[in-house]
Amino acid sequence: MNLTLKVWRQKNAQDQGSFATYAVRDISPDMSFLEMMDVLNEQLIAQGVESVVFDHDCREGICGMCSMFINGEAHGPDRGVTTCQLHMRKFKDGDTITVEPWRAKAFPVVRDLMVDRSAFDRIIQAGGYVSVNTMGNLPDANATPIEKHDADAAFDAATCIGCGACVATCKNASAMLFVSAKVSQFALLPQGQVEAADRVRNMVHQMDLEGFGNCTNTGACEVECPKGISIENIARMNREYLKASITA
Amino acid sequence: MSSKLNSRIPEGPIAEKWTKHKGTIPLVSPANKRRIDVIVVGTGLAGSSAAASLAELGYNVKAFCFQDSPRRAHSIAAQGGINAAKNYQNDGDSVFRLFYDTVKGGDYRSREANVHRLAEVSSSIIDQCVAQGVPFARDYGGLLDNRSFGGVQVSRTFYAKGQTGQQLLLGAYSALERQVAKGRVKMYARHEMVDLVVVDGKARGIIARNLVTGELERHSAHAVIIASGGYGNVFYLSTNAMGSNVTAAWKAHKKGAFFANPCFTQIHPTCIPVSGESQSKLTLMSESLRNDGRIWVPAELEDAKAIREGRLKPTDLPEEKRDYYLERRYPAFGNLVPRDVASRAAKERCDAGYGVNKTGEAVYLDFSAAIMRYGKEQANLKGMPNASEAEIRALGTKVVESKYGNLFQMYEKITDENPYVTPMKIYPAVHYTMGGLWVDYNLMSTVPGLFVAGEANFSDHGANRLGASALMQGLADGYFVLPYTVGTFLADDIRTGPISTDLPEFVEAEKAARARFEGFLKAKGSTPVEVFHRRLGKIVWDKIGMARNEAGLKTAIAEIRALREEFYRDVKVLGGMFEMNPELDKANRVADFMELAELMALDALTREESCGGHFREEYQSEDGEALRQDDAFAFVSAWEFTDNDPGKATLHKEDLVFENVKLVTRSYK
Repeated sequence: MNLTLKVWRQKNAQDQGSFATYAVRDISPDMSFLEMMDVLNEQLIAQGVESVVFDHDCREGICGMCSMFINGEAHGPDRGVTTCQLHMRKFKDGDTITVEPWRAKAFPVVRDLMVDRSAFDRIIQAGGYVSVNTMGNLPDANATPIEKHDADAAFDAATCIGCGACVATCKNASAMLFVSAKVSQFALLPQGQVEAADRVRNMVHQMDLEGFGNCTNTGACEVECPKGISIENIARMNREYLKASITA
Repeated sequence: MSSKLNSRIPEGPIAEKWTKHKGTIPLVSPANKRRIDVIVVGTGLAGSSAAASLAELGYNVKAFCFQDSPRRAHSIAAQGGINAAKNYQNDGDSVFRLFYDTVKGGDYRSREANVHRLAEVSSSIIDQCVAQGVPFARDYGGLLDNRSFGGVQVSRTFYAKGQTGQQLLLGAYSALERQVAKGRVKMYARHEMVDLVVVDGKARGIIARNLVTGELERHSAHAVIIASGGYGNVFYLSTNAMGSNVTAAWKAHKKGAFFANPCFTQIHPTCIPVSGESQSKLTLMSESLRNDGRIWVPAELEDAKAIREGRLKPTDLPEEKRDYYLERRYPAFGNLVPRDVASRAAKERCDAGYGVNKTGEAVYLDFSAAIMRYGKEQANLKGMPNASEAEIRALGTKVVESKYGNLFQMYEKITDENPYVTPMKIYPAVHYTMGGLWVDYNLMSTVPGLFVAGEANFSDHGANRLGASALMQGLADGYFVLPYTVGTFLADDIRTGPISTDLPEFVEAEKAARARFEGFLKAKGSTPVEVFHRRLGKIVWDKIGMARNEAGLKTAIAEIRALREEFYRDVKVLGGMFEMNPELDKANRVADFMELAELMALDALTREESCGGHFREEYQSEDGEALRQDDAFAFVSAWEFTDNDPGKATLHKEDLVFENVKLVTRSYK
């Protein structure tokens, strides 16, 4: 199929940026969206135009690196996928596709479609861990049984890939889904209990410092999340935060 | 054994070596650790766990990754699980059995002492991860669940659905970020190591390219740890991430680190087949699927042809017209034979004309039997003795979904086919590289002060890696081996003081790196980097892939040399040096792959036997099984870069001595 692409081009963080329009031809419906972008880039290089810069790595939906806003939706029109898992069969011959970077104050553009998501690392640094050093003589892994239901729920929260689609899609650019997923993982496990109060306080504080907006319960994040992280986690984080506040 | 190789294997019985060795390693006091800097390149399982553990001990750590965050290293994509000799299932597992399975699975080309240590520390890894809050799968009693993987007859694999690598890496990443918060680790994301700096014969730093600004930076340390993963992307199409590369390891090789067994590469049997010319990578379907999936092709050529032409559906083919070829050839292990065996068997059937997709390069992985089996079990549990077939199928589908849901979803997104209803199509693809930089028992390379961990080293998997062992090795190296063994080198450095980056060695290395990058830009040719990479991949896949022979390897060497020459003459890289320029970074990586590829061919040519993933067509039994030549080739080939030409590398041999495992022909029949 033949497509028209309107792609955001921005030389660096200081540059204003603008859309450029390109045409691509003979795109197979079995290609992934990023493979279509590869075709565009090879074509641009042949024309002597610098290729479009975008983040990508594993190309199987797990590293969380790819991050395009396609036709107004984070990771494009399909559900439960990252951009690298989005296939061209979701588009029609003759379509015009608009491709933008994540847009959020806390995610400044690095170049073209690539943004800086180091704010997420700093939120994890604020408390997204259990304080245990490497030790060769820890209690046996089976010493503390964990109810299957809790272990599964902790796993579901822990499957967040940190891509930032929740922030990009939220009208407030809130990071509540990302932060609550990590808070929930540990809140559901016995290992996380000791530091629970400090963890939620510090992570929320860091989230605010980074300039993310607040949550107004529109639920868009849950819809666009490629891993189906539930907004139940946000409710759980609010409970944890309240608990931490009154017991402090 | 070559005089330049000293494996430093401790004396004594195998089960006591590690304990005794740990007791004799010189210690560095906490006060002195604060005066010692360590660089860690790569933040996958090995790199993150090493960086975090060393920082916890008190060393100053600088960690580097090319991704935008250490959490995105490609360990994240590992699916199936991690082995440990816990024997929670009471099925006869033990440290010795894990050790034995790994040596045998590696087709007797790994170092016994290293493998035994790996098996010994495997239990601690699970304890460590659970303490970090890694949410492994559990049973209804709240205890940890296990499953089985290829090449073994016990269930020792711990897992978190099909995302075990993700959960383990996020555990190590959390530990790393905790140290970053404390200021014990300085993290350099979007940075790539482009050269190793050697001062007075010791690894004392690296040159790194800041991928955002394009600047070349000098970083010094008292020791350097390379944990930059494998080199599977030399094949262009592989299950590796797009950015995975050999540059850190290759640059170290050119600065004196020997490269071991480069021809030992693993072709994974269950990947989604290639669909078209513009394909950029291949996607793995976890080996854990072989627990429940049965692999087959049509028994008759006409049926295979009809399926390829779309005239026949696989579900319409009755049982007696299907060839479950792994169950037929290997009744003892069936669908759970090791990866190299399963891959070659798939290739054999497809080469014979039984392939089931348009290209003729695919076989079926079928879950219908498992779905019915689980469904009946659930129907019994729920008191439904008269359940209809549809009800049983629905119940069974739910069980399979709970085990492999994310993998099935991934498959459906890529292929647009529902694997719960129609069997998956799979074909072998490059997945892992057993070869890597040569290291001694302490994981130190032939350059003093340069340590190598995880997939980047060669040490534990011999000629073939067993499933769920990569995660085990990465974390063993980072959590439980390096924190001890770096002491063997660093204990002498407590009085050295900071290493200056103004030393001539740093200046020289930076200058050389700059010249290299400028060379790519100045070529101003007509062909994009990607095209060269694709062409290289085709040569390597066709001639240094699943089957190799002398004539093919010789042709490959000539073709690779010609391609390299063309590359430097005709590569087209736009943009500048001091700006973000992913095309330039790619050129630098592909240049190194083109040198490595020649060494792989040379190594494959030299190894006149078939073992594990290395299958030389000249050396096979009557029924097509690999034929090892133990008398002549029970050694590690360690290549020394010579005369500035990868094709002139000098071979050093480390003889492999087997005192605890008897060398026999590997049989899974």
